[in-house]
Amino acid sequence: MAYDYESRIRPGKLPHIWCPGCGHGIVMKGLIRAMDTLSLKKEETAIVSGIGCASRLPGYMDCCTLHTAHGRAAAFATGVKLARPEMNVILVGGDGDGTAIGGNHFIHACRRNIDMTYIIMNNYIYGMTGGQFSPATPTGHKASTTPYGNPDPAFDIVKLAIGAGATFVARGTAYHANQIDKLIAEAIQHKGFSVVEILDDCPTTYGRRNKYKSVVEMMNRLKDVAVPVKAAEKMSAEQLEGKILTGVLHKVERPEYCDEYAKVIERAGGNK
Amino acid sequence: MSKKVAFLQGNEAAAHGALYAGCKFFAGYPITPSTEVAEVMSAELPKVGGKFIQMEDEIGAMAALLGGALAGKKALTSTSGPGLSLKQELIGYGCIAEIPCVVFNVMRGGPSTGMPTGPSQSDVMCARWGTHGDHAAIALMPASVQECYDMVVRAFNLAETYRMPVFVMPDEIVAHMRERIEFREPGELEVIDRAAPSVPPSEYKPYDTTFGDVPPLAAFGSGYKFHVTGLNKLPDGFPTTKAEYVQAEEERQLRKVYAKVDDIVEFEEFQLDDAEICVVAYGSTSRSARYAVNEARAQGIKAGMFRIKTFWPFPDKQIKALADKVKGFIVPEMNLGMCSIEVERCAQGKAQILGINRVDGEPVNPEQILEKMKEVK
Ligand SMILES: Cc1ncc(C[n+]2csc(CCOP(=O)(O)OP(=O)(O)O)c2C)c(N)n1
Ligand code: SF4
Ligand SMILES: [Mg+2]
Repeated sequence: MAYDYESRIRPGKLPHIWCPGCGHGIVMKGLIRAMDTLSLKKEETAIVSGIGCASRLPGYMDCCTLHTAHGRAAAFATGVKLARPEMNVILVGGDGDGTAIGGNHFIHACRRNIDMTYIIMNNYIYGMTGGQFSPATPTGHKASTTPYGNPDPAFDIVKLAIGAGATFVARGTAYHANQIDKLIAEAIQHKGFSVVEILDDCPTTYGRRNKYKSVVEMMNRLKDVAVPVKAAEKMSAEQLEGKILTGVLHKVERPEYCDEYAKVIERAGGNK
Repeated sequence: MSKKVAFLQGNEAAAHGALYAGCKFFAGYPITPSTEVAEVMSAELPKVGGKFIQMEDEIGAMAALLGGALAGKKALTSTSGPGLSLKQELIGYGCIAEIPCVVFNVMRGGPSTGMPTGPSQSDVMCARWGTHGDHAAIALMPASVQECYDMVVRAFNLAETYRMPVFVMPDEIVAHMRERIEFREPGELEVIDRAAPSVPPSEYKPYDTTFGDVPPLAAFGSGYKFHVTGLNKLPDGFPTTKAEYVQAEEERQLRKVYAKVDDIVEFEEFQLDDAEICVVAYGSTSRSARYAVNEARAQGIKAGMFRIKTFWPFPDKQIKALADKVKGFIVPEMNLGMCSIEVERCAQGKAQILGINRVDGEPVNPEQILEKMKEVK
């Protein structure tokens, strides 16, 4: 039997706005499967996003959804979560939204280790605005604002999240669709701030400019560069050259923000 | 039982007013001269099971504030000039998405870092026009420590009634001076809570105008699920670009406030009955004005004061009526003529308008106002 995605899609809200071949829909399907696996209640789950093509995802999902301003998802979500720690709070958005304009909120959410899951759809570009470079665009690549090649170095989002204090960090790709739900489900179950970067594609504004002939070619690239972290253990530095590790890359325990605040209330005598 | 009295700063009183109003959530970022609000809230909120968070900047603070408010909490932030500038995009978000919250902004010298410890009244236009796009604004101007307390309570009532961010804007003098205040008894001041939806979750639409110009807002996590966006939207909260919806939606968001100006606008008329000179003043400047009016009366000059308590919506009707009666308005303010612009707009050339404008970090003093009265012809 075909998987029933519709049960978690808001009635009447499809078709979506994404271009044919865009990876964002693959991520949404992964998120739906993860939410199903964990039987997350719609009324008790908030999906919060910023602005961008990726950030349009919440509108299609049947739960509490909050489409905020560009870059501000993590900060809005922090307010929702702190006000109602019993809710499941999931953030979604693009590489530009999360690591450029929203970079400050991103690192501070990692630092606080507030119990939310952040899914970053990294298509290496500002898709919605027509393909300007983002902090994730590789050096030398073409974007509408780097016609001579991008002079900026790119962020490694996984390292950024780990460095900032996230306690669960994973990476998957839009090609490895079957892995996405497992990574997201594990991230949601993790107590603390969890980050799942999904390497994604934007054929419309990034692919064409960077000489990818088709979506298939972009997907094949994701297939080729991805190396599961387990497999990487047996590979030499030479073999790992140019590869990107996928899977659960970081998992540690650290006090969670809302729990710590509950202790503040306790110390202040507010539980009477 | 005798009332609880205290000798407090305006900022401290504001925090206690918020607690009286049932505020359970504070998100902010430290900035002089507003920080004491955050300090009191950080100490008091956890005592009542509320939440305080110091965010990474004012944009984040405004975002967390809106998130907390959407999750059903009465929410307060405090800031000052530079922070108010940073909050603007999300103040607009609060307006279009119609999320109640209170922004307590202490006015210091500006633009930019300006004079962090100097008093000013130069954020009044920023409260009205700071965020882009058409939107309504409500801003209250306390002139005493007691008013910091009382007006914050009222600001929460207005925010919940009209489903929008509401400003309380003391100047630095009012925020930092110490006066005796009374803590209000339960029931002494009206406290309005958010109207709950009257329909079950399956029928709920967050912007359903069949419930009037201010549709009830459900809380995330309360059993209702719905969509919130900063895009122009349909009654169900989903984006639209359909001309007729967008136009009607934008007009409603102004109408919900401006059709109720008489309920919202509060002011004080002091010695105005037979006045030929009307001093229009607000905040600490109104204290100098009151002194000057008393002095003038002692000298036989027919002066009075119109004290603005609600700066936005501006008391158009009252100033228009006064323009027919008085010879001249004197508008003392700690900026280069912001309230004057509004008084001019309302007076329509029917009365002389004389500004007294100080941006040197010093208050407008009564002598300046008395001196100015001589220029009224
Ligand atoms: C304050 C602000 N600045 C700029 C924009 C314009 N803008 C909208 S989406 C976007 C980039 C989105 O890129 P990303 O987050 O990577 O998402 P994608 O569209 O690639 O999925 C930009 C710059 C905006 N909406 N708001
Ligand atoms: S522009 Fe790019 S990111 Fe946006 S929907 Fe199209 S393919 Fe996806
Ligand atoms: Mg992108």
